[in-house]
Amino acid sequence: MNENATPNDAGFALTDFALDGAKVDFKTAISDRVSELRAGDLGSLPAILAIAVLVTIFGLVNPSSFLTLLNFANFLEQASGVIVIAMAVSFTLLLGEIDLAAGFTAGVSAAVLATRLQEWPLVPSVLLAATVAVILGTFTGYMVAKVGIPSFVVTLANVLLFQGILLLLVRDGGSVRISDPLVKGLVGGTLSPILSWLVSLVGLALYAYVMIRKQRNSHGAIPRSVAAIKVGAAAVALIVVTTMLNTNRAFGRAPEPIQGLPTVVPIIAIILFLLNVLLTRTKYGRHLYAVGGNPEAARRAGINVASLRLSAFAICGLLAGIGGAFLASRVNSVDPNTGANDTLLLAVGAAVIGGTSLFGGQGRMLNAVLGGFVLALIPNGLTLIGKQVLPLWGEIDFGSSGIKFICAGAALLIASSVDALSRSQGQVR
Amino acid sequence: MSQTPLLEVSKVNKRFGPVHVLHDVDLKMYPGTVTALIGDNGAGKSTLVKSIAGIHPIDSGTITFDGEAVTIDNPKDASALGIEVVYQDLALCENLDIVQNLFLGRELTERGLLDEKTMEQRTRETLASLSVRTIKSVRQRVSSLSGGQRQTVAIAKAVLWDSKVVILDEPTAALGVAQTEQVNKLVRRLAEKGIAVGLISHNMNDVIAVSDRVAVMYLGRMAADIEVTETTSNEQLVELITSGRSGDVGIQEEVNQ
Repeated sequence: MNENATPNDAGFALTDFALDGAKVDFKTAISDRVSELRAGDLGSLPAILAIAVLVTIFGLVNPSSFLTLLNFANFLEQASGVIVIAMAVSFTLLLGEIDLAAGFTAGVSAAVLATRLQEWPLVPSVLLAATVAVILGTFTGYMVAKVGIPSFVVTLANVLLFQGILLLLVRDGGSVRISDPLVKGLVGGTLSPILSWLVSLVGLALYAYVMIRKQRNSHGAIPRSVAAIKVGAAAVALIVVTTMLNTNRAFGRAPEPIQGLPTVVPIIAIILFLLNVLLTRTKYGRHLYAVGGNPEAARRAGINVASLRLSAFAICGLLAGIGGAFLASRVNSVDPNTGANDTLLLAVGAAVIGGTSLFGGQGRMLNAVLGGFVLALIPNGLTLIGKQVLPLWGEIDFGSSGIKFICAGAALLIASSVDALSRSQGQVR
Repeated sequence: MSQTPLLEVSKVNKRFGPVHVLHDVDLKMYPGTVTALIGDNGAGKSTLVKSIAGIHPIDSGTITFDGEAVTIDNPKDASALGIEVVYQDLALCENLDIVQNLFLGRELTERGLLDEKTMEQRTRETLASLSVRTIKSVRQRVSSLSGGQRQTVAIAKAVLWDSKVVILDEPTAALGVAQTEQVNKLVRRLAEKGIAVGLISHNMNDVIAVSDRVAVMYLGRMAADIEVTETTSNEQLVELITSGRSGDVGIQEEVNQ
């Protein structure tokens, strides 16, 4: 061991795992994060900034309609479908693949649900819709992993294929109404105020438990203060949000009060929690990141890369199906446009804006939620601004699809530029 | 040096179609010994290593491991025996940290969930047993490591699983002076742990500094298998590589390719 005692073994001054043993204090934790940011590891910071900026702008321009409780709840419901489809797409993005047809998988699954509900009871209809979603995902996965077609091409073909199925199911120009109260209440419904408190307190307790456990297992790498601040911030946010949503948000003349958490909020929280456990705490999740990072290394480590790819697409299909149910529930019907148009790009965009890399191997499920918020804020705020007369320009309708598409497209381009630039910066190091 | 080889390859032949790549090749690797495998490009070094690793199963000849005749038909056979090859491209996932890379494909779990604590602990123990002292945290991502540190991680991966034979494919080819020195020391430490170490290298200074024995391949044949002594010189090894003989060492008859 003597030779190790020499201070300059190979030009490095730090001793064995110096940072592992060392307790990190609050200041160091912050400065570490800052240097990570400088090195290009932005995480979900851009999305959080974007949310802050958008809320500020829309709030300043249009406080009377944008900053209302009704719009807040409405916004959460609007974001729900895209968020879940973005989670679906994230599974393929983590592998460095893409699913351009996830929106139509959602649409087909929703159409199966709606049409079956006209004749069948709830449970078999839901099971069939979920099975169809998994089958569509597995089909895509088979084409990508076993046949070996690039996912871009397979899913581009699927866009037409699935859209065709969707049209056959709901018939041209038609729409299928949903009257089942449970499916209708999935997104539109609210929990009673008491249940809302219960749900958010359970959620908070769970979050606190996970954070404390993480802090204890970190050997001091996460300072107590940071964990405490995170839990404290979550507590304040949950209490504020629950109080706000438990207040009656109906218009003055409405016959019944609207109050309580939208049902979709705890559902998304549960999905988020389960997927997080799957990705960060199981072998399967670890292997997913490994294949996304370096498929060859994963193969040599004995991971069955092809079946992993296939299963990721199957999960993507299932989640897209759930997203489809959300889309349908929000409008209580399914038509040929469910999951069509901009849904898919919004979903991919949401994941990428949240900080999930298009190049594979990097990202979290929370990114889909944050990015989904950004992309739901844009049309929500623009619609409420509506027609305005600008000096030197004349009248302009901010609520028009044209302006919304341009803004969402620009947001997606900015997010992918951040992804690409931070990636190249990471490689220079 | 112990007298019985841990891994002995004898009279091994390998053909790829009409091309006869390995001619009756013999190689012995002893525990606690670094055996360098040198030779010009196309001499058959990589094919020989891939035969041992089970990637290209041999056509004829015998492989003896720990005194017993074995057949190695695929990479799984090789790792079951405790033979690990660290290839030049290292095969690390840059988006994962050191612990995640070391345990990739063989993660420890507890009630279905990953047992991060034990894996972290064992990573520290393994790196410490190799006297690796340049890695700040086992939770560092591989993308933030230098070339030498990555090589270290790849080698530690082989050590973690109690490999008995570790073959390194040009571990210092892409490294600077200080890092080469660091990896060379690591190679010696592997041998001190009783591992039979194979070292493919094109750097004769490294070979002389680190190895106990040198096996020289020339046009698919084993030209010489000699001990490294004080008289072993750079020039002698280069001569063996380029002409297959040096003085009375090496292939004496004419080789017809």
